[in-house]
Amino acid sequence: MLNSLPLYLNGVWVTVQITVAGAALALALSFAAGLLGSARRRWIRAIGRVYTEFFRGVAALVLMYWLFYALPYVGFRLDPMFAAILALGLNVGAYGGEVVRGAVNAVPRAQIEATTALNMGYVQRMRLVVIPQAWAAMLPPMGNLLIELMKGSAVVGLITVSDLTFVVRQQWSSGGDTLVVWGLALLFYFLIAQALLLGVRYLERRANARLGRGPAFRAAPEPAAASAGGSGR
Amino acid sequence: MSWDWDYALSALPILLQGLQLTVIATIGGYVLAIVLGLVVALVRRLAPRWAGTGVYWVMEFIRSTPLLVQLFVLYFGLPVFGIVLPPMVVGIIGLGLHYAAYTAEVYRSGIEAVPRGQWEAATALNLPTRRVWTGVVLPQAIPKVIPALGNYLISMFKDTPLLLAIGVVELLNSAYRHSARTFEDPFELMTMVGLLFLAVSIPSAIFIRHLERRYAAV
Amino acid sequence: MQQSDPHDQPAAEPADGSDDAYIRFEQVVKRYGDNVVLDHLDFRVAEGERVTLIGPSGSGKTTILRLLMTLEKANGGVIWVNGDSLSHMRRGGKLVPADEKHLRSVRSSIGMVFQQFNLFPNMTVRRNITEAPVHVLGVSQDEADQRAGELLELVGLAEKIDAHPTQLSGGQQQRVAIARALAMRPKVLLLDEVTSALDPELVAGVLDVLRNIATTTDITMLCVTHEMSFARDVSHRVLMFDQGRIVEEGPPAQIFSEPREERTRSFLQAVLED
Repeated sequence: MLNSLPLYLNGVWVTVQITVAGAALALALSFAAGLLGSARRRWIRAIGRVYTEFFRGVAALVLMYWLFYALPYVGFRLDPMFAAILALGLNVGAYGGEVVRGAVNAVPRAQIEATTALNMGYVQRMRLVVIPQAWAAMLPPMGNLLIELMKGSAVVGLITVSDLTFVVRQQWSSGGDTLVVWGLALLFYFLIAQALLLGVRYLERRANARLGRGPAFRAAPEPAAASAGGSGR
Repeated sequence: MSWDWDYALSALPILLQGLQLTVIATIGGYVLAIVLGLVVALVRRLAPRWAGTGVYWVMEFIRSTPLLVQLFVLYFGLPVFGIVLPPMVVGIIGLGLHYAAYTAEVYRSGIEAVPRGQWEAATALNLPTRRVWTGVVLPQAIPKVIPALGNYLISMFKDTPLLLAIGVVELLNSAYRHSARTFEDPFELMTMVGLLFLAVSIPSAIFIRHLERRYAAV
Repeated sequence: MQQSDPHDQPAAEPADGSDDAYIRFEQVVKRYGDNVVLDHLDFRVAEGERVTLIGPSGSGKTTILRLLMTLEKANGGVIWVNGDSLSHMRRGGKLVPADEKHLRSVRSSIGMVFQQFNLFPNMTVRRNITEAPVHVLGVSQDEADQRAGELLELVGLAEKIDAHPTQLSGGQQQRVAIARALAMRPKVLLLDEVTSALDPELVAGVLDVLRNIATTTDITMLCVTHEMSFARDVSHRVLMFDQGRIVEEGPPAQIFSEPREERTRSFLQAVLED
């Protein structure tokens, strides 16, 4: 059992790699789709919509199979790891796009008007005003998507990537105790998820502190309302 | 390589058979998930603290581990205890359990959204606990969460391809196996699988958004 | 009452001093965190008495009603309703903490009308009124329906029996809520700022219904309100609260015309100017 630990850790490492790379791709796509989706021009918004609807509509595993098993027949052979990351990133990015779009649209109109008054261009407005404010609102749902992506990565073994699930399955086939081996798999995934959540919480605290909402900036509690003057109705 | 219409069309009946299993798994898993999720939400509200906390961590565990691994655990683990079930049944149980962890949260938020005054009025009228839940709280909580529950139906539909890992010949697996059997390249079939998924999930998503608007308007 | 009335004056006739009090607060303390809402409160209400609680918001008036309805628990002291404690019950000669069954039996003599009406939006007016009689008292649906009709007649909404609460104005909803409370035939009716959430033109209708109930029944009423003329008309006794204590109490004529305490005077001035 103990001497197979390095094998498991190898699997964990592959899972973490796919998760991180997939998350990076998903984040980039989220911003691209979200900003397109919150644009003023209708046809630009339509591009964001099409991407979102398409990749939310197809299951990640179907996409992965298509990239890995079908695409070679029209001349594109993808490295399995790359196909896995691409499929997960495209899929989660479509959900993330909606998160970005919602958060950007939720920034108060007055803030946008203020940037106009300051004669900022689109890029400045987004970079300096809108995204820093929207970021704090995006983080909690983005954290959930990150967990979903990590969990979704368990299927990459089906296209021959030797991630944690793949390793566990091999260990089990070669005679490992069913309950121990699969129990370990669950435990490892649970720990990875908790670690990712810790990271997201840290980012949330930082983002909120920067907006003056963090604990460091919390205003003194209001004095107890009791006995303070008659409401006089 | 060019698109072969004849081959694609000849395989369609097989894909539709796979789609049928996909739909059955989705419906079975969903019914289990919405019933079990409600039970979990109620246990967390009504059972003693320690039981509620225990259930919370079990759900947290289920939510943060992959469905695929859970399917393997059920499929390979249950026989250890002498329980041997067909793959399709294991798949439905796995989908149902996994999604119950999500629907439980949905119900919880719906229950918490029932104003405190409603509980107080029920107490003032001395309504028995069972009646408070069946007559007052749930009839107000559940309509509010219908769109959220609907979104999980679509998610579950898209998660059914995972069942191929335990040998269920659902839509994706039917394409995979058919192309393996006929030695034809899987490009047409895989593409059609993707299109079939889109054909079901995009209209469903539009329908759910319509529900959201309707219930938000009430 | 000693702490609340430095002027050795006996207050209202029906309750004070006698031991036939239907409701009795003994040294009741209620805190929210560090905030003391009720500070060793003593007071009694006799059967059939109508008492109005006035005072600035946050002075603990509403808390008294909520404690009586068992929506909150006191941090100290004892509340008695018709000889039963709200916090304890007798079992085998000993006092043990009250269980749900005991609370239910105490609650059965008390009805409450809330500031925000709290009608059940998923039920028609009819079911709002019949729900508790049917499921708590075990009355047949027919009988409950008939009683609902009578009560709606009383509050002037007979034609609304099949409406949903959302189709009614605030004043109408509150009148239904009064009918709903009365359907349980309570001995005590608690009225918690029942007109505060209403548009001004709807207040009179609700107060008329309550006046009518006050004069035609012998139901015990505890009323928290800012409607001073209503308080003057219907109550036997008025209690002025401030900072969790009774500052002054007496018959409405005295409290409103010649308040003895400066605090009462300034409060009434502020309210009446408004």
